[in-house]
Amino acid sequence: MIEQHISLLIVAIPLVLAPVVAVLPNGKLPWLATTVIAWAVFMLAWQQLEMVSGGTSISYELGGWPPPWGIEYKIDTTNALVSLIVAGIAAITMIYASKSVTREIQESKISLFYAAFLLCFTGLLGIAQTGDIFNLFVFLEISSLSSYALISMGKKRQALTAAYQYLIMGTIGATFFLIGVGLLYAMTGTLNMADLAVRLPDLLGHGTVNTAFAFIMVGFALKLALFPLHLWLPNAYTYAPSVVTIFLAATATKVAVYVMLRVIFTIFGFSEIAATPADEIFLVLCVGGILIMSFYAIYQTDSKRLLAYSSVAQIGYMMLGVGLGSMLGLTATLVHLFNHALMKGALFMAIGAIVYQIGSSQIKDFAGLGKRMPWTFGAIIIGGLSLIGVPGTAGFVSKWYLVLAAIEAQSWLLVIVVLVGSLLAVAYVWKLVEVLYFQDGEAGTTEVKEAPLLLLIPTWALVVANVYFGINTDLTVGTAETAVKLLLGGGS
Amino acid sequence: MIIIIMMAGFYTVISQGNLIKKIAGLNIFQVSVFLLYISIGNVKDGAVPIIESDVTLYSNPLPHVLILTAIVVGVATTALGLALVVRIKESYGTIEEDDIHEMDNSL
Repeated sequence: MIEQHISLLIVAIPLVLAPVVAVLPNGKLPWLATTVIAWAVFMLAWQQLEMVSGGTSISYELGGWPPPWGIEYKIDTTNALVSLIVAGIAAITMIYASKSVTREIQESKISLFYAAFLLCFTGLLGIAQTGDIFNLFVFLEISSLSSYALISMGKKRQALTAAYQYLIMGTIGATFFLIGVGLLYAMTGTLNMADLAVRLPDLLGHGTVNTAFAFIMVGFALKLALFPLHLWLPNAYTYAPSVVTIFLAATATKVAVYVMLRVIFTIFGFSEIAATPADEIFLVLCVGGILIMSFYAIYQTDSKRLLAYSSVAQIGYMMLGVGLGSMLGLTATLVHLFNHALMKGALFMAIGAIVYQIGSSQIKDFAGLGKRMPWTFGAIIIGGLSLIGVPGTAGFVSKWYLVLAAIEAQSWLLVIVVLVGSLLAVAYVWKLVEVLYFQDGEAGTTEVKEAPLLLLIPTWALVVANVYFGINTDLTVGTAETAVKLLLGGGS
Repeated sequence: MIIIIMMAGFYTVISQGNLIKKIAGLNIFQVSVFLLYISIGNVKDGAVPIIESDVTLYSNPLPHVLILTAIVVGVATTALGLALVVRIKESYGTIEEDDIHEMDNSL
């Protein structure tokens, strides 16, 4: 029974329970409910991945209407992996949230906060699960609207302007996507992704189809903050409450990258993309993003903003794999999706723990904290090493595949870019480490203690995962390779 | 026609410094997309899509249904955007983008 409906349940459980959480009394109860929901969905997502890991796919017909008329949830290895990332990060973030949210969100808004969180969670899972392109737009808006609300709950008043800016840019992005979908519908008469893939090859090269593709790409480039459309991201991540930053940084952009993959490889097929200048444009933007954003990161004075710029650079790495369009490149993209969620999650959690203790995210206020908060500091070091891509951490695995893909494509320039990007990462991670460990704190900071256990456990869970997936790559690389085979096989 | 409305809305979003006007621009931009969808649904010589015995050619009703969803999304976006503007006004005392930037840089 459960197995049969698993793909629907993953989306439906948080959606149905979000209003219930909203009316719960403030206090511990909403947190408890959300945590249980997140872990339940995580278990389901895990089971779903096991069901499709052999390369088979599940097709779920909503309301019993057969596709292409009804909405279909089509799950293959790629979706299942993305759903697992989203659900896993949400589950771990919820443990972290119990302390952090009580400190950062007003008492009277706690149940609303968790309700918005669940809606955002639903939206992201829905995007990952659905096989219908208009349904995807609806879920995209569910997740976006709730994330604007979540960001605006930040303590500083800049959180409001950050949320507003994100709302404007996010809505433009989503509307662009909608235009693209409308044009595709006009040309093919279908909204089902698999059906689109069948009907589009006859129409390729047609002006309207190309326009549709361009609109969808630009729309999602805005959503995933591909350089130079990233302007909303640093502010949003800096001023949002810690929990929201962790969750969005680790999942929202990843889901947008997944949609790019779907549209490019499943719906259009890479051969179509190779015929347009899109893949070259991607490569140029990615290279620009990696280098320029890493430089920006070095000069930031706020730790959250530093990590936010580094996120934009990391998105460059992911899209680099897409731009290369080869088996290895895509594997690198998917593995990096997973690994970057782990490392950015761990880093933002560690920074969040410091903010929890000292109430500031300015790097200069961190002086000397490394000795007083050894566990948090350790998490930043290992997370940072993973970000740089040191062997033995998860970051190394994805960079390794990316470099292999670049070598395979004979583009030595890209190899150099990846390596220079890593060197720049050394610079900005070092900036944090230097202040934390080698500078002496001011007199007032002596009473700062280690972060509470409830913040440290999820942080270290992600840190350990970073190391584990750096050594044992069966799950990540194996799953990614199966997924890539399906993407490349199904599209062209 | 649709493209003109679209560009007018889009230009307003980019060029206006007033936060309310930006949202109005965003709305115009979205409405143009609604019109785009509805125009897609029109079938030449097609009748209103209500089943009648002597009519065989109908307009396509699906785009209308789709856009109904998009309208709801648009309303929600506008509501949230305006709510944010209210909060911004409360904490900054202004809704001009330039003034807000100035105030935050001086902080």
